[in-house]
Amino acid sequence: MLRVEDLHVYYGGIHALKGAHLKVDKGQIVTLIGANGAGKSTTLRTIVGLVKLRSGSIEFNGEDLSRLQTHEIIKRGIAISPEGRKVFANLTILENLELGAYARDYGTFNTQREWVYSLFPRLKERERQLAGTLSGGEQQMLALGRALMSRPQLILLDEPSLGLAPLVVEEVFRIIQTINEEGATILLVEQNAMAALQIAHFAYVLETGRITLEGTGRMLLEDERVRSAYLGE
Amino acid sequence: MTPTIFLQQLINGISLGSLYGLVAIGYTMVYGILRLINFAHGDLLMFAAYTAIYCVTLFALPWYVSFPAAILMTGLMGILLDRAAYKPLRDAPRISLLISAIGASFLLENVALVVLGGVPKAFPRPPLFDQVISLWGLRIQVLTIYTPVITLSLLMGLLFIIYRTKAGKAMRAASKDFETTRLMGINLDRIIAVTFLLGSSLAAAGGIMWAMKYPQVNPFMGVFPGLKAFIAAVLGGIGNIVGAVIGGFLLGLGEILIVALLPQLAQYRDAFAFVILILVLLFRPTGIMGEPLTDKA
Ligand SMILES: Nc1ncnc2c1ncn2[C@@H]1O[C@H](COP(=O)(O)OP(=O)(O)O)[C@@H](O)[C@H]1O
Ligand SMILES: [Mg+2]
Repeated sequence: MLRVEDLHVYYGGIHALKGAHLKVDKGQIVTLIGANGAGKSTTLRTIVGLVKLRSGSIEFNGEDLSRLQTHEIIKRGIAISPEGRKVFANLTILENLELGAYARDYGTFNTQREWVYSLFPRLKERERQLAGTLSGGEQQMLALGRALMSRPQLILLDEPSLGLAPLVVEEVFRIIQTINEEGATILLVEQNAMAALQIAHFAYVLETGRITLEGTGRMLLEDERVRSAYLGE
Repeated sequence: MTPTIFLQQLINGISLGSLYGLVAIGYTMVYGILRLINFAHGDLLMFAAYTAIYCVTLFALPWYVSFPAAILMTGLMGILLDRAAYKPLRDAPRISLLISAIGASFLLENVALVVLGGVPKAFPRPPLFDQVISLWGLRIQVLTIYTPVITLSLLMGLLFIIYRTKAGKAMRAASKDFETTRLMGINLDRIIAVTFLLGSSLAAAGGIMWAMKYPQVNPFMGVFPGLKAFIAAVLGGIGNIVGAVIGGFLLGLGEILIVALLPQLAQYRDAFAFVILILVLLFRPTGIMGEPLTDKA
């Protein structure tokens, strides 16, 4: 479904991605783990066209994304929950969800919203509240729900567990699995390697702009280098 | 001062204030999205007034066709202004944008001067707006009454668009965060264009009413109302649409009442607005309704 090859990205003189690659197949959860500053967010931001690539290729369902603008890429069926959640604090929860469905026709809006509410009942209770009044965990739920509203083929999640209490983190990962079981394909960026590897079908380790290790979630969980570098053993 | 005269001045103040408010909306909308003081906004009043004049005189169209046509053309002019002067600078430092705005303003004024000449043109005021009604011993031109009514109706329509439509919600999202707005699959350039279209159309409505009130149209006619409206927007809290209208009303009322109560200050009337601006910036930079607007990435 998504295929990224030999991706090079620069911020001015900083060479942030040095030939990164990855592949996401339909129905999978693929995770991209790595330390702070490795280039995980840059990878996602390049896929959705917020950052322009210097060279390499990004293909989605066989189509080259690198020439498209962000809103065109989203319309192709990709949704993202960005790092730091980025809910629209000045809009209500319902309005945030409506904007999530912006790229889609409104015909399926109600069914989609009910599905999101069944995943996150707390959002329904606070439908009319401003998103800025939600707690961090609830904002993450909203960011996830907002990404689901467009019925995307592929969902990109940038550190959805960042800064959340352990119980909430568990809930987030459980919901990611549920969403996947209901048919969504997911590319999950995480620093919480343990939790991410446990739910991932396939995983990549990113270090200073390069993929240094890849394999099934289980393989990486058992890998010595991963255990010492990312699982704190 | 007799109560009658006071009432008369009150009505004049409300009427003038609603004009400031109408024009202030455009400043505040563009500021809300681009964090830019669109200094060329005032010149759109002039553009609308001339367009209306030429629709009436050159093409012999009735006013109820000419005025909407002029409003539409000015709306499109606003989009063109964004495309030409601001869009190429989306990623540039804010100060570049401001300089571009000042340049665009000078350009519009001087092109008008060259093409249309500096001799003021009479504005063909439709007889409908000429009538005078007598009320409680007052003699009021109907235009004076229509102006605030039109302003408030347009404000209601605008609020409906901003709070109830898809594009309006996208505008509010964009006023907080460009990047995430684009991540919703929203074409940001189109949303910015809609913002300019709406703000400029309202300025055009203001410009036409201004030209009916002071029926002498010249290339620089937009400068002072533009500055006053900008001050009204700051007074109301820049970025806040309802605030802009309230700021306009207060400024218009203040100006008229100061002159009415202290006639010896009459020649300082224009200075009053600037004193207000300085006071607001010193003591309450966020204005009456404004919340501190964060810088945007
Ligand atoms: N806007 C930017 N300007 C300059 N450098 C940046 C910018 N964003 C990220 N970087 C740099 O690119 C590298 C990768 O960053 P990022 O993709 O955010 O890493 P991660 O998400 O893995 O923590 C880091 O060295 C970071 O400092
Ligand atoms: Mg990151």
